[in-house]
Amino acid sequence: MKNTLNDDSWHVGDITLHSRFLLGTAGYPSPQILHDAIVAARTQVVTVGLKRTLAAAGDNGFIALIRQALRETGARLLPNTAGCRSAREAVQLAQMARELYDTPWIKLEVVGDEHTLQPDPFELLAAATQLVREGFTVFPYCTDDLVLCRRLLDAGCPVLMPWGAPIGSGQGLLNPFALRTLRERLPDATLIIDAGIGAPSHAALALEMGFDAVLLNSAVAQAREPVAMARAFGLAIEAGRTAWRAGVMAPQDFAVASTPVGGEPLLLGAAT
Amino acid sequence: MTSIDTITVQLDGRPVPLAAGTTLATLVEQLGHAPQGVSTAVNGLFVARGQRAGCLLQADDAVLLFQPIVGG
Repeated sequence: MKNTLNDDSWHVGDITLHSRFLLGTAGYPSPQILHDAIVAARTQVVTVGLKRTLAAAGDNGFIALIRQALRETGARLLPNTAGCRSAREAVQLAQMARELYDTPWIKLEVVGDEHTLQPDPFELLAAATQLVREGFTVFPYCTDDLVLCRRLLDAGCPVLMPWGAPIGSGQGLLNPFALRTLRERLPDATLIIDAGIGAPSHAALALEMGFDAVLLNSAVAQAREPVAMARAFGLAIEAGRTAWRAGVMAPQDFAVASTPVGGEPLLLGAAT
Repeated sequence: MTSIDTITVQLDGRPVPLAAGTTLATLVEQLGHAPQGVSTAVNGLFVARGQRAGCLLQADDAVLLFQPIVGG
């Protein structure tokens, strides 16, 4: 009998992935800790960014050690368009990222609100539509709005990345109803929870709900021991995914005895 | 005082005098960047690496250079 739990790969275009843990690279205490966290996470996708050169003031060796970790692990880069506020900006930055990182993959971010860093759905869709036409593989960072997600899929995005909570907030999955709805209404879409995950239990829950992967950064980078936390997230993601595939029992409002005592009252008799 | 042979461009938001006739490829080189080490935009539009040598900078052009950084 075939054990279907053994083969659990997923795909972005013609790329096959096995890890369901996408890891951000910002905010680590040192390049070496970042390198070790990438290795410990056993991630296959690592996010990076772009910054204007005069503002960047050097990166203290982070990028060099990211590239070293990628050589060691075979992971891929996923550049982002962080900081963009319009479709026009995002398209231009994506073109620069494609040249600089030599990849058509782009994590498309277009912020519409400064307080929550909530994606702007209109600019996001416009940018995604253009970038897909230009041959990009677009990973849009989006809200959990079902109709927006459908439009992004229609535009040709092979993956959607709805938020769990605002970026860097660590609040976990704030709207489980909307996320469950997304999963149920888009059963064939590849859905990655991106942003807001603060604890391994949040990631496990996302996978238990049937999401295909999670992308997180701050929860690992800001941990007291980032490398250990990367390992913890890896275990939680594996546990959540395995649980979803195994079938999480449905909750119910009444008790069901688990010990098969036969339905009769168990009376030991009165003490004499 | 600006010479007739000198132009000023806005490089990452700062005024920088350049010799008239400077191309984007030359500017990248003068700044000490390897061609593949940065991406470039002029007046808000991406200029691909292969097009920099043909991109003659004009007075008041807004030139942006981008480099890799960590990101989430």
